[in-house]
Amino acid sequence: MNIHEFQARELFAEFGVATQPGKVASSPEEAENVALALGLSGGKFVVKAQIHAGGRGKGTFKNGFKGGVHLCGTPTEAKDLASKMIGQVLVTHQTGPDGKEVGKIFVGEAVDIARELYLAILIDRATSVPVVIASTEGGVDIETVAEKNPEKILRLPVHPFLGLMPYQTRIIAASLGLTGPLMSQASKLFTNLYRLFIERDCSMVEVNPLVVTKDGRLLALDAKFNFDDNALYRQPSIVAMRDVTEEDQREVEASKHGLNYIGLDGNIACLVNGAGLAMATMDIIQHAGGSPANFLDVGGGASREQVASAFRIILADKSVQGVLVNIFGGIMDCDVIAHGIVEAAKETGLSIPLVVRLEGNNVEAGKKTLAESGLKLEGAENILHAAQKIVSAVKAAV
Amino acid sequence: MSILVTPDTRVLIQGITGSFGARHAKLSLEYGTKVVAGVTPGKGGQLFENQVPIFDTVDQAVRETGATVSAIFVPPPFAADAILEGVAAGLDLVVTITEGIPVLDMMRVKEAMKGSKTRLIGPNCPGLVTPGTGEKSHGGCRIGIAPGYIHKKGSVGVVSRSGTLTYEAVWQLTSRGYGQSTCVGIGGDPINGTSHLDVLKMFNEDPETDAIIMIGEIGGSAEEEAAAWAAQHCKKPIAGFIAGATAPEGRRMGHAGAIVSGGQGTAEGKIAALRAAGIEIAETPSDMADALIRRMNR
Repeated sequence: MNIHEFQARELFAEFGVATQPGKVASSPEEAENVALALGLSGGKFVVKAQIHAGGRGKGTFKNGFKGGVHLCGTPTEAKDLASKMIGQVLVTHQTGPDGKEVGKIFVGEAVDIARELYLAILIDRATSVPVVIASTEGGVDIETVAEKNPEKILRLPVHPFLGLMPYQTRIIAASLGLTGPLMSQASKLFTNLYRLFIERDCSMVEVNPLVVTKDGRLLALDAKFNFDDNALYRQPSIVAMRDVTEEDQREVEASKHGLNYIGLDGNIACLVNGAGLAMATMDIIQHAGGSPANFLDVGGGASREQVASAFRIILADKSVQGVLVNIFGGIMDCDVIAHGIVEAAKETGLSIPLVVRLEGNNVEAGKKTLAESGLKLEGAENILHAAQKIVSAVKAAV
Repeated sequence: MSILVTPDTRVLIQGITGSFGARHAKLSLEYGTKVVAGVTPGKGGQLFENQVPIFDTVDQAVRETGATVSAIFVPPPFAADAILEGVAAGLDLVVTITEGIPVLDMMRVKEAMKGSKTRLIGPNCPGLVTPGTGEKSHGGCRIGIAPGYIHKKGSVGVVSRSGTLTYEAVWQLTSRGYGQSTCVGIGGDPINGTSHLDVLKMFNEDPETDAIIMIGEIGGSAEEEAAAWAAQHCKKPIAGFIAGATAPEGRRMGHAGAIVSGGQGTAEGKIAALRAAGIEIAETPSDMADALIRRMNR
């Protein structure tokens, strides 16, 4: 699950992680009031559109206004900028051509940056412990730093029960050149950030950049949070931050039915049981010369109803020109699944090619049900044949 | 032999009265597995299916029945506690089927298990099967949720993160007349108890395992580590399959562990590592058993 920038700042405030002063606003008037309340004399303000996608600064609004991030000198100017962003649609390289409507903006103090640093906390899979990653190279992709200057990255493992120790915060501070009065600011920031990471069940928090301002403050300027989906049941305050308008609506719909769906760019939809098999089915569609439209795992024990909902979701995607169903019925009865497929195909008035590969428990009865259904569908003996059949059927139909 | 469990292994089931646990406990009993105890707090003294005694604690179940292995079917919020209860009772093996356990819970479980004699398999895994000698492999040890009847007793070891891909591989092997020694699903979560490498080492030492299928997927570096070890130490032929070549970066593909980030954990990188270790690659999931047969005949 992802959150907005202003929500990340609210979390920072709650846990005492120093960040730039500022607040979220939903109207131009509110933006002006936030700027006034900041009470900066001769200072500068930053006004930022709040959408999940990156590349906001270089984006363009559909009303022609350029840039989702602006600097200005007065509260009146902040109000004016807000009026050009709120309610407008911002297109960035990450939003796709449809863009995203901006409902809220963040108004904050535009700080004078002396140095940009990088800090992240994540769970290291290889060692199963949290690791703090710090680098003096802030403001750029950490992957680029890792490739070109691996010596500039500090990786510090944290003991799961002891947590981040004070001496460790000093090691990190020293590696970042945060000495003198900055060291105590750094220790406090790192300690509080680690506490936030653990108490809110994050799987990753990345502060990029962490900045030292010209007036000697250490601030978390921008952050990216990933939360552990498995832990959301015990994190109601994080769940409350969920903004479904930022998510793929097909994925939102699928999750309501207990289905695991991820939309992709291709034209062959697939419906599979099991995550590993679902991934492998996408791969084999590509291997056969096609392009998968989605990842869809109906789960190990999918019901007839789930299969029917899955069909509705994949067929709602206008770019889908064919459907491949790949089920290995280990415990569940293939005949039950076959009935679910027939029901869903009839109900949705399926008019595009459908290839079904069934294997496993009571498979003969399942195949019989499909054959006697009167539906136009093709069976297949194995996954490769199934993929080849649907790819050629789609090519023939186009 | 086989690895981890034999048809004589005495199994207990934590969460035996839940709908999921009950269903699979029954299927294991029907398969001929020695399910000797169930554990559900508050239901001690009752019988499951009129034959399996239920206990309030794992400790009681172990003392009364001599169970050495447990399968966990309890819901995610209680799963970490259930695993540690099994560890405290001195079990040899705890197989955690539960899907959706918070990562930080698993981090704490792993740390707390250090120095204990218990091995953890999973979480979020299909479990393991050592096929029996009866019809459709009846009489074997089935722990978890895999369909028992697809197996056949034999000498191929299978290790995988994914349930359904394991069943595909097993079914392909069985259909071609190749039986299995033990099939192990290690689970799709980023933090798990037993890795591909751990299982490869066991198969390598097992006199009844002659060949191995290793099934991996995108995310992490466990497959690469296993391949690097196999290149140096494994005496037995291995075929491998990696799922997720077409998965977009940064998206979690069902399994919490199946995610490519920062260019790490890609299918391409894993396939190259397996190939470099002399492992025969199955190009598609239809090709897993045939890839192993090719490797054995090489």
